[in-house]
Amino acid sequence: MSLEEYKGVYVFAQQVDNEINSIAFELVGKGKDLAADLGTDVTAVLVGSGVRDLADQLAEYGADRVIVVDDPECKEYRTEPYAHALASVIKKFKPEIFLVGATAIGRDLGPRVSARIHTGLTADCTQLDIGDFPLNPVPGKEQKHNQLLMTRPAFGGNTIATIACPDFRPQMATVRPGVMQKKERVPGAKAEIVDFNPGFTPDDKYVEIMEVVKAVSDTVDIMDAKILVSGGRGVGSPENFKILEDLAEVIGGTVSCSRAVVDAGWKPKALQVGQTGKTVRPNVYFAIGISGAIQHLAGMEESDIIIAINKDETAPIFDVADYGIVGDLNKIVPALTEKLRAELAVK
Amino acid sequence: MKIVVCIKQVPDTKGGVKFKPDGTLDRAAMLTIMNPDDKAGLEAALRLKDQYGAEVTVITMGLPKAEDVLREALAMGADKAILVTDRVLGGADTWATSQTLAGAIRNLEYDLIITGRQAIDGDTAQVGPQISEHLNIPVISYAQKIKIDGDSVIVERQFDDRYHVLKAKMPCLITALAELNEPRYMTPGGIYDACKAEITVWGRANLADVDDSNLGLKGSPTQIAKASDKVRKGKGEKVNLDPAESVTYIVSKLKEKHVI
Repeated sequence: MSLEEYKGVYVFAQQVDNEINSIAFELVGKGKDLAADLGTDVTAVLVGSGVRDLADQLAEYGADRVIVVDDPECKEYRTEPYAHALASVIKKFKPEIFLVGATAIGRDLGPRVSARIHTGLTADCTQLDIGDFPLNPVPGKEQKHNQLLMTRPAFGGNTIATIACPDFRPQMATVRPGVMQKKERVPGAKAEIVDFNPGFTPDDKYVEIMEVVKAVSDTVDIMDAKILVSGGRGVGSPENFKILEDLAEVIGGTVSCSRAVVDAGWKPKALQVGQTGKTVRPNVYFAIGISGAIQHLAGMEESDIIIAINKDETAPIFDVADYGIVGDLNKIVPALTEKLRAELAVK
Repeated sequence: MKIVVCIKQVPDTKGGVKFKPDGTLDRAAMLTIMNPDDKAGLEAALRLKDQYGAEVTVITMGLPKAEDVLREALAMGADKAILVTDRVLGGADTWATSQTLAGAIRNLEYDLIITGRQAIDGDTAQVGPQISEHLNIPVISYAQKIKIDGDSVIVERQFDDRYHVLKAKMPCLITALAELNEPRYMTPGGIYDACKAEITVWGRANLADVDDSNLGLKGSPTQIAKASDKVRKGKGEKVNLDPAESVTYIVSKLKEKHVI
């Protein structure tokens, strides 16, 4: 294959229950920056059943073109029909870059597609740039220009690596949700819509969905919260999260938690911050009774202001906290709630 | 029923991360463990063995010392162990790793392949789904419950706010989460037997239907441009005050930053 045949930045526009996931708009936003550097445009690939109407939303966030794969086989996410859809789009349209969200769906779908296409896939990227590979000229090795340089944390966030995929196309990456910025929405913006159906023939790889069980939850997405009141094992019990909930209510925040709390069954997985949970960057992050394992820090250290309360003054959370308070959370948190209640009442 | 479980030996990040004087990771100084998601996958296989009867084969790709995790798996109750090791396989990315493991697994009979969702050193979660693609079988990621129903497997697959109950015809590949179960301990008898057990060692020549161009560093589509230790945000202030003063301190900072 000739690598030059591959053109354009493509992003997978993930939807669930015909609602576009925020990651799709983030990828379109980042895709615009990359496309500008390459002098090309951004195509969103929308897969589902009865999803054609959603294409305008992608246009409003900056997509130049939307390829719609609309088929009843794609109603609920299943690995095979979705992998078939994306692999077929790649074979037909030949993108040079293909981005997928590093969501539960994207991390299942991405590897299957990249293996089918025979290209590289870089997981969980937190930064994407266009540049040269190798970064600096190396004697005897061709330096390629306009390559996608994909940066990702590894080793539980201890190291950071920049990866390229110089000899295969498309250059594929999954991108952590909450890291890239959406563009300002332009109401009424339109994109070129391309309907494409590669044909779906169910076989053994089309697993059967017997049931879809939704967790009953009315919690806000912690990735959208401006203030997070996050608790760890140090909170002591599920009941004691009440003091965090009270603080969150007074200050207009949302409660989140560490992995230990989810593992103990105190809080649902949807509230988990960290490497295997969600990446958050609120204006204020209260880390209460959280020791600060590397995996946790990887998910929250980009927060604007980090306030940590922990009785162990050697806890690693203090290494990233802007304001660290060594002390008993059971005394400090309720008193803080009362003080803030009084302060805010005066205003 | 025959079950193949893919496991990986990884440095233990929990026991503290060690750095060399030049700031790079000191892997040699860190303890190694069986990757937690893989261990949950092995436990799931052993439970299926207890419940339905099965032969469990563990396989790993790595340096010769990765034999340690295979012996641990045997001591937990696995029946056979295969170490895939060869200089030409080194430096592999997920594409080349999955090609290697698929090439080894093609020599085996299997109804189920279980892998961990992801390894704690790379965190990519790619090798399991890629193996399934090379072997042209269905994949079910993030299993939280597994049961057998005739020639099919029924799996609860976890997604963010929901789970799917999926039914797939075997052979099928499943990726397991550490949350799936509490892995059993090795038994004294198991350890004794595992020390004496024979481990099958395979090299490049034993891999079926894999081209050299798909193996090792040379067969890896992704290449590292740069690797460095993460630069962390500098330390802020740390205070040790009584509760009332602590509260005053926090409120003053929130005011200073215009949060309230």
